[in-house]
Amino acid sequence: PWFLEVFKARILPQLSPVLSPQASCIQHRLVVRDASSLQILQLYTCLDQIQYIEWSSDSLFILCAMYKRGIVQVWSLEQPDWHCKIDEGSAGLVASCWSPDGRHILNTTEFHLRITVWSLCTKSVSYIKYPKACQQGMAFTKDGRYMAVAERRDCKDFISIFVCNNWQLLRHFDTETQDLFGIEWAPNGCVLAAWDTCLEYKVLLYSLDGRLLSSYRAYEWPLGVKGIAWSPSSQFLAIGSFDEKVRILNHVTWKKITEFDHPATISSKKTIVYKEVEKSPTVDTERLTFPPTRALASSLFSTQSKYDISQVPVSLQYIKPVADRANPKVGVGMLAFSADNCFLATKNDNIPNAVWIWDIRKLKLSVVLEQLCTIQAFQWDPCQPRLAVCTGSSRVYLWSPAGCVVVQVPGEGDFQITSISWHCSGDSMLLLSKENFCVCYLEREEVK
Amino acid sequence: MGDWKAITVPLLSSGSKNIFPYTSERKRSPTSMNSQVLRLSLPSPKNMYNFFGAFCTEENLEQSISYIDRELTTMGFPSIYAEPKGKELNLVCIINCMNELLVLQHKNLRAQEEVEIQHLKLGSDMDHLQNCYAKLKEQLELSKREIVGLQERDRQLQSKNRNLHQLLKNEKDEVQKLQNIISSRATQYNHDMKRKEREYNKLRERLHQLVMNKKDKKLAMEVLNYVGRADGKRGAWRTDKTEARNEEEMYKVLLSDYEQRQKQLLLENAELKKVLQQMKKDIISLLPPQKQKPKERSEDGLVLSDQEEDIGELNKENMWELSCETVREQLTNSIRKQWRMLKNHVEKLDNQVSRGHSGAWNEKDVISREDHELETGKLELEIQQCKEMIKTQQQLLQQQLTCDDDTTLLLQDCYLLEERERLQEEWRLFREQKKNFEKERKSFTEAAIRLGLERKAFEEDRGAWLKHQFLSMTADCKPENTTASAFLRSSDPDIRLVKSASRQRRLPSVLSPAVSPEPFQISQYIAQNSVASEKPAADNMPNLWVEGDDKEETEECTKSWEDSGVGPLFRNLHMEQLP
Repeated sequence: PWFLEVFKARILPQLSPVLSPQASCIQHRLVVRDASSLQILQLYTCLDQIQYIEWSSDSLFILCAMYKRGIVQVWSLEQPDWHCKIDEGSAGLVASCWSPDGRHILNTTEFHLRITVWSLCTKSVSYIKYPKACQQGMAFTKDGRYMAVAERRDCKDFISIFVCNNWQLLRHFDTETQDLFGIEWAPNGCVLAAWDTCLEYKVLLYSLDGRLLSSYRAYEWPLGVKGIAWSPSSQFLAIGSFDEKVRILNHVTWKKITEFDHPATISSKKTIVYKEVEKSPTVDTERLTFPPTRALASSLFSTQSKYDISQVPVSLQYIKPVADRANPKVGVGMLAFSADNCFLATKNDNIPNAVWIWDIRKLKLSVVLEQLCTIQAFQWDPCQPRLAVCTGSSRVYLWSPAGCVVVQVPGEGDFQITSISWHCSGDSMLLLSKENFCVCYLEREEVK
Repeated sequence: MGDWKAITVPLLSSGSKNIFPYTSERKRSPTSMNSQVLRLSLPSPKNMYNFFGAFCTEENLEQSISYIDRELTTMGFPSIYAEPKGKELNLVCIINCMNELLVLQHKNLRAQEEVEIQHLKLGSDMDHLQNCYAKLKEQLELSKREIVGLQERDRQLQSKNRNLHQLLKNEKDEVQKLQNIISSRATQYNHDMKRKEREYNKLRERLHQLVMNKKDKKLAMEVLNYVGRADGKRGAWRTDKTEARNEEEMYKVLLSDYEQRQKQLLLENAELKKVLQQMKKDIISLLPPQKQKPKERSEDGLVLSDQEEDIGELNKENMWELSCETVREQLTNSIRKQWRMLKNHVEKLDNQVSRGHSGAWNEKDVISREDHELETGKLELEIQQCKEMIKTQQQLLQQQLTCDDDTTLLLQDCYLLEERERLQEEWRLFREQKKNFEKERKSFTEAAIRLGLERKAFEEDRGAWLKHQFLSMTADCKPENTTASAFLRSSDPDIRLVKSASRQRRLPSVLSPAVSPEPFQISQYIAQNSVASEKPAADNMPNLWVEGDDKEETEECTKSWEDSGVGPLFRNLHMEQLP
């Protein structure tokens, strides 16, 4: 990959979903750049310090939220003169987002009193009352037709399904949960997964028309679900839980297919363990375990770490969780399927330096990446089975079935990557630190 | 010892009791007596002397003798006096008694020795046993102590166990208590949660009223101008219609999803069916070879029928396209059957492999081969024997022809008779040509000779030899009578007859040892043979002369025999030789 210079950005920059522009903001100003050349296309000035930005689905508009003032400002890329300002007034603002059609803005007021749906097409305003204050209380289907909202009324959980077209309520049903924690649509938009608070292991699957398809409960007393992920084909639902396991349900019977354990010792001979090791810069780069292609190798002159293949059995660094603390650092909270459904990447929070990559076709552990630092984030390439991992260092780690490679972000100073965001084409990715961002471009043919 | 004592000591003691008064009184005794008594037994000679010396003196000799006599008689010895009332001593008797006593004494001494040895043995045994006893006693003590120790430990452990049980019970109680506490806390917590949530809801409601109902001037959207919808359509009014349309659309989405899924399943199903079919075919094509195996015929039969069914099912290709419900049973059945077949097959193979490992399989094969070889060897031997027999027979025949004309003639005729009977029917056919029979016979004889020559050429050695024999024989026979000459003509075919007999696959083993140079035996054999042929199918005697090649010759021979008119003669002979 090659990098362009590192830019200052206070807020997470966002790559537009459709077109090439890329937006970032510094304080009051919103900067829109071309994603390939990073030349500034537009510059907007907002009323206050921007706390959140989001592209509309058609990349025509950008939403800038200023939560402190309860204001959302919308800018048009096509018409720089056009502007829109939404003031939530005394109700306050805690979250703002686009509807999938890119013409409505959903604002959540303080204390989750309601969700206001503002239309850019008409002057109409819709309200959704009693939204539940939970981590994933709102979910759109992938095709943007339907929205599910978790609600709480009279100490009971409900789910409302709205038609995004006209914000009409389609279904409203109560869920058999104690304290609904999150909802997520299957990519095909027909099944909604809802899971209970971590105190109770419970995953409920609802059809679009509100029928309960299935309810899954792996065990009773210990802490339950920590995170879930749908496979892009909607065929599998992976449930990570506090017992350090991932369970995979199938879409026909909604029963468990398999269970992935995350032991601290890897003994299977069929698992490849890549271990990141520090090395002095004088060491020849050719001694990399998986010699990357020319372009990748050229950027490795200054790298200070490389991958080694460890001989199994391998003991991974294990942190004993503190049992008497809330939200203990244990269990599988981060998990994601690759775009081709073939791989599942997981992270067990009490083995924080390892990424586990499971082969879904064989339902077996395929690869373990053991890093020097704690895994901050990982994301799959939206086009091919390629995983980008960051650990809060100035290096990006890429894995594909062909092997894995360490990519050093060039430049002065410490660039602590905390987040990764792939462009939808899979050609580039944004690497974000707390204050800066840079774009990493990947040559297309290299992996293919 | 006891025995010895029982016999001797009372004697001595009684003797001593009776004797002591004398001994004290009479101190001198004759040395001869002393020496004799000394031999009787008893340790110290000095004492003995005194003791016995006191017993007999010059004065009490009579008394002593009478005493001894008494004693001896009581012991069962004959009296030492010559006469019952006389005083004269019987010296012989005394000597005898003395000898007897001595022998007895020796015996007793030996017995004593033995008994002493035994006593010693027993004493040592006793010691040993006592030692053992002591040891065992010690062991017993030890074990007792051990038992006590173990009992003590057991008691301790039991008390410990009791304590632990108590602890466990306490713990259980504790757990129960804690569980109760937890559950009560949980209910309390839930209750509180609900209360708080209600409060929170109330507050929210209140806040909502306060915030929303007031005309909030700030709450507004400033837009330069409204933009068009992304899809270019205008927003629709909310009506019942739209609601219905929403529902419709939702169901459409669901339907399309289900349809898609069904399609996928269909595709998958079709593929699986294809695989299944392929597998079935493979299995069927794989299995037939085992059918040829003779073993487990019944099972094979069963399998075969199964297979036929399956093939029949396979032919119904369109059956696969039917829905699962209708075919399910058949499908599962056929698969089960095939699976069974395959299992059987694999098991068989396993068995074979195991047998092969143990060598049995190989052995079986080898045995059969060996058998085969043995059999062929036997057959070859038999052939050889047959050949030899034929040779001897030929030789004998020729010898007969040369030396014993009459018997050979008869025997020859016996053959011919048999043949005639056998070939009666065919002979009748020849009857038609009886008119020119003589002519034909001549020509036929010539042809036969030629044939014989040919055969001789084929078997050169024997042919030459035979020819030589034949020639010599003919030279010998020339001066003989006409019957002999008639045989001369037929002798050659006879040889061939025998030869043809050699071509028979087996000669009866009963007859093979009969091969011997003695002409009589041969003739007997022939006679028997003819008898056998007279009652056909009566037993397994070989039909030696039924070969088609020789029919004509035999016919001719029969003729010659008829002409010669020796039928009755032969019959007589035959009657004689019947066993």
